[in-house]
Amino acid sequence: MTLSFEDFPPGHFGTFGPRRVTREEILAFAAEFDPQPMHLDEEAASRSMLKGLSGSGWHLCSIMMRMMFDAYIGRTASLGSPGVNEVRWLAPLRPGDDLTLDIDVMEARVSRSRPDTGIVTFKGIVRNAAGQALCEMVSPIMVQRRADVAAR
Amino acid sequence: MRFFEDLEIGQRRELGSFIFTAELIKKFAAQFDPQRFHLDEEEGRKSLFGGLAASGWHVGSVCMKLLVADGQRQSKEAAARGEKVAIWGPSPGFRELRWIKPVLAGDTIRFASEIETLRSSEKRPEWGIAQARNTGTNQHGDMVFSLLATAFVPRRNAGA
Repeated sequence: MTLSFEDFPPGHFGTFGPRRVTREEILAFAAEFDPQPMHLDEEAASRSMLKGLSGSGWHLCSIMMRMMFDAYIGRTASLGSPGVNEVRWLAPLRPGDDLTLDIDVMEARVSRSRPDTGIVTFKGIVRNAAGQALCEMVSPIMVQRRADVAAR
Repeated sequence: MRFFEDLEIGQRRELGSFIFTAELIKKFAAQFDPQRFHLDEEEGRKSLFGGLAASGWHVGSVCMKLLVADGQRQSKEAAARGEKVAIWGPSPGFRELRWIKPVLAGDTIRFASEIETLRSSEKRPEWGIAQARNTGTNQHGDMVFSLLATAFVPRRNAGA
């Protein structure tokens, strides 16, 4: 069943994962998009503020996107997102981390300019196996309302 | 990379441009954001985007790629002048990311970065904290992407 705006009332939506992140993935993403020594080179990383090899924050956000897709966006009548209110990178992503994602619906409202569409603002927190929060993201997604989904 | 003391509010760097080909858009989407409008031309045309559109996370990651490349160019230039090279610290995050218009297959996006705020770090006196507005503009001159990024920037005489 396709999820529509009405399926996202404010409150806790779910906890998803775990998703293992390998050293190879971290190095491959960093080589393509964020080739800073702290993401690519063990020796340089050990001397950095993060004290050891860490994944790019953009990699972590992209992994969160994939976890959200697999958990619910893939079966949601999503029309895309206008942006991200805030991302906080709280602790480094390490090779071998098993990530879990907690999703809360902060706000759900009908669009003023498009009454067939709702805007659902999600807060996602991704944690490692020790329960330490690595990244927090608040982002709105445009979702079709049920009557519109049924009419498709 | 520059040191904190070298930065001024309003300083702008042109970071270069990037062509979002259909192949690159689909490759990123298949891995991280396989929504139908990021993977298939026909689905993209039927969507609000009006064509095969890059994942917003792809656009942000490419902006990071060009920021790092620009920093490496500045480091090389500093080293060639015999100056000390600054190694920037990690970022605690960003705010106000806007995907203003879709980035469609074949679009060329020019990225730029402009310093918006500068402050010292109370907890880490050897670092300053810079906020920069990073933007992407397409070949028609329309701004498509914007965010306010934060980064730790080393002070020139840290530890001296």
